[in-house]
Amino acid sequence: MKAKHQRLVLVLLALVALIGAGLLAAYALQDQASYFYTPSDIAAKKPEAGVAIRLGGMVEEGSIQRSADGVTVQFIVQDGTTQQLVSYTGITPDLFVEGSGVVADGRLDADGMFIAETLLAKHDENYIPRELEGIDMTAGQRKTETLVQ
Amino acid sequence: MIAETGLIALWLAAALTLLQFVLGAVGLRAERDDYIAAIRPVAVAQGIFVSLSFLLLIWLFLRSDMSVKLVAMNSASVKPLLYKFAGTWGNHEGSMLLWVTVMGMAGAFIALFERSLQKRTLVATLAAQAFISLGFYAFLLVSSNPFERLFPVPADGQGLNPLLQDPGLAFHPPTLYFGYVGLSVAFSFAVGAMITRDVGPAFAKAMRPWVLGAWIFLTLGITAGSYWAYYELGWGGWWFWDPVENASLMPWLAATALLHSVTVLATRDGLRAWTLMLAVVAFSMSMIGTFLVRSGILTSVHAFAVDPERGSFILALLAIYIGGAMALFALRVGTVKEGSRFELISREGALVANNLLLSVILALVFIGTLYPLMVEAVTGEKLSVGPPYFNLATGPLALLLVAVMAAGPLLRWRRDNPKTLLNRISIPVLVAAAALFALVAFTSGMSILSLLGMALAAGVAVASFAPLWKRNLRRTPVHTYGMIIAHFGVAVALVGMAAESSFTEERLVAAKPGDEITVNKWKLQFQAIEPVAGPNWTALEARMTAQYGDGVLHEIEPQNRMFAAAQTQTSEAALLTRWNGQLYVVLGEGDSEDRWQVRVWWKPFVPLIWYGGILIALGGLLAMVGRLRRGYQHRKQREFTEAML
Repeated sequence: MKAKHQRLVLVLLALVALIGAGLLAAYALQDQASYFYTPSDIAAKKPEAGVAIRLGGMVEEGSIQRSADGVTVQFIVQDGTTQQLVSYTGITPDLFVEGSGVVADGRLDADGMFIAETLLAKHDENYIPRELEGIDMTAGQRKTETLVQ
Repeated sequence: MIAETGLIALWLAAALTLLQFVLGAVGLRAERDDYIAAIRPVAVAQGIFVSLSFLLLIWLFLRSDMSVKLVAMNSASVKPLLYKFAGTWGNHEGSMLLWVTVMGMAGAFIALFERSLQKRTLVATLAAQAFISLGFYAFLLVSSNPFERLFPVPADGQGLNPLLQDPGLAFHPPTLYFGYVGLSVAFSFAVGAMITRDVGPAFAKAMRPWVLGAWIFLTLGITAGSYWAYYELGWGGWWFWDPVENASLMPWLAATALLHSVTVLATRDGLRAWTLMLAVVAFSMSMIGTFLVRSGILTSVHAFAVDPERGSFILALLAIYIGGAMALFALRVGTVKEGSRFELISREGALVANNLLLSVILALVFIGTLYPLMVEAVTGEKLSVGPPYFNLATGPLALLLVAVMAAGPLLRWRRDNPKTLLNRISIPVLVAAAALFALVAFTSGMSILSLLGMALAAGVAVASFAPLWKRNLRRTPVHTYGMIIAHFGVAVALVGMAAESSFTEERLVAAKPGDEITVNKWKLQFQAIEPVAGPNWTALEARMTAQYGDGVLHEIEPQNRMFAAAQTQTSEAALLTRWNGQLYVVLGEGDSEDRWQVRVWWKPFVPLIWYGGILIALGGLLAMVGRLRRGYQHRKQREFTEAML
């Protein structure tokens, strides 16, 4: 094999490898990417139970409740118009508080409750996860104020 | 006055960088030797001025000078000294100044220490380094001035994010930046060599120590970052395939490929164009990583101080530099001569396989990380890509790569006999098979990937020492020992990863003081909850004792800290390390019945992940020292011969 041919073979090999990578990625992404939903999205077009999705919104004021086992919390995530009940077993993240944003990975169960596997609360007081940019950050607080009145 | 001096030093450094670029460009074009002679001192001077500027910013943070906006926004006077110091780069402006400082210092180091590169290529390299620095100087001076004053002067600052108040902040970001920016040197070398059409073994030998240096820092930075996230987030995980993590992994993958291809170029004069391409790609990945992290365009658990507008400035720089380098590559690749050829079964063949596999893994991580952005741009739908994708797509390929790594060093350059390879690799294969058999027989519940990973790791651990077989240990070059230790480190890390994912045991309970919690052979006795206070925080601390079997009684104290300045809480996990694993305890919230959430993990052999990372970096260090010493000896010898003549 001449040097020139070898170079051609190497270039072809690299191309095949990269195209292979692209196809593999496309195939894996079909099943493994999880879509983002707000509570309104879930109400409008309910994803199948058991499919991994990501839920984002504000934790409703006064909605965090701890179960009898002491390690499970239930709370409501809302986006100003719709509410979604969420259950999470584990220690909640440091900045997980009522009236602030949360992004949760998990799935809906048969009863329509969202079972969260991980909670991604912000780490930085000033950081807003990109998915939550469009959501009114004060919606939750106003709502409870009117309830009190 | 100090802030103004810092700003002036920064402007001076920027002006010197411009001068450095002009001297190089004009000097090469007009063949002006006086210009070319001046470029080294100018490069050193700009390195000194930018370092001075950075030191002055550190000084302002140490003194808690609240009249400087950046200090007031990100520091507080009651903070421990270490965090005042490290807080300098715990924000956008400071971290960009650190970036530019490392870049300027890299230029100065090239000017001071690079002796083996051909002179014209060196000048072109320094000009290229100045050209990329210029963009970042502009970014800093126009839109992110770290020395901006604040009026009226506040009584105290707003404090540093509590999650960043950890010794990790002093070590992890600078190390990672040394790695990211160190790759700019490889980029500049490649651009310089393309300009002067001087691509060959001598060029590769000159570039190799710089690539090794950047790669060592990247390896250490990623290892430290992984451990920091592991204990600070309190989730018990050491890698989340988060965009910010991927941002540091991608340059590492490219640099690892470059490290191996540059060896082919240096030893056998092969893979010329490919090596140039990789050098460009590696630094591109650094810039893409910085863009992803700084812009906050992807949701991350590690996102701090993000700013989308500033992100677009980095994106513009990225387009200019990568586009320019790619265009130059396209123009010059035809004139790069073809290297020597080789057979498929040879050291070169194995290194090509290494490079292809690393490139494919890099592509898979890249696609997975940016896929959410692409989908959102096209369809408007938001989605996220997490561990299921990355593990599925990259896991099998990574194992294949490790298998190639076991065989490659046992092959001869240029051409080898498949039969002799089988002879040499037979013992590692037997070890791997025995390990696989033992694991299948004596453990249960391991995933196929972990099973294969653990078995392969056993084989690789043996195979990595095989290059020493029948060799005189004292005459084996230092860099060969470097390779052996680095490859052994990969095996060590792999054992840790497979063990962590297969054998971790977890308990989550609401416990009262007096309760006992058991996990695996550990017995934890929850004794009391007590308040404690630190320099700028107060905390609730759980007093516990832990005992492994009938072993020694250890005291552990997981905490929940409350930071006054930021009104936020962090949990401090308690870690207990034994030779065979780590106990990880997190304290959650308490309730009205005096029950406290406690989460306990027993993670067998998990520290091996980070020990492996340190071994890999140590191997790189040995390789770099060995290569530098040999290059120095050759140069001395040549000078001596020339003097004799």
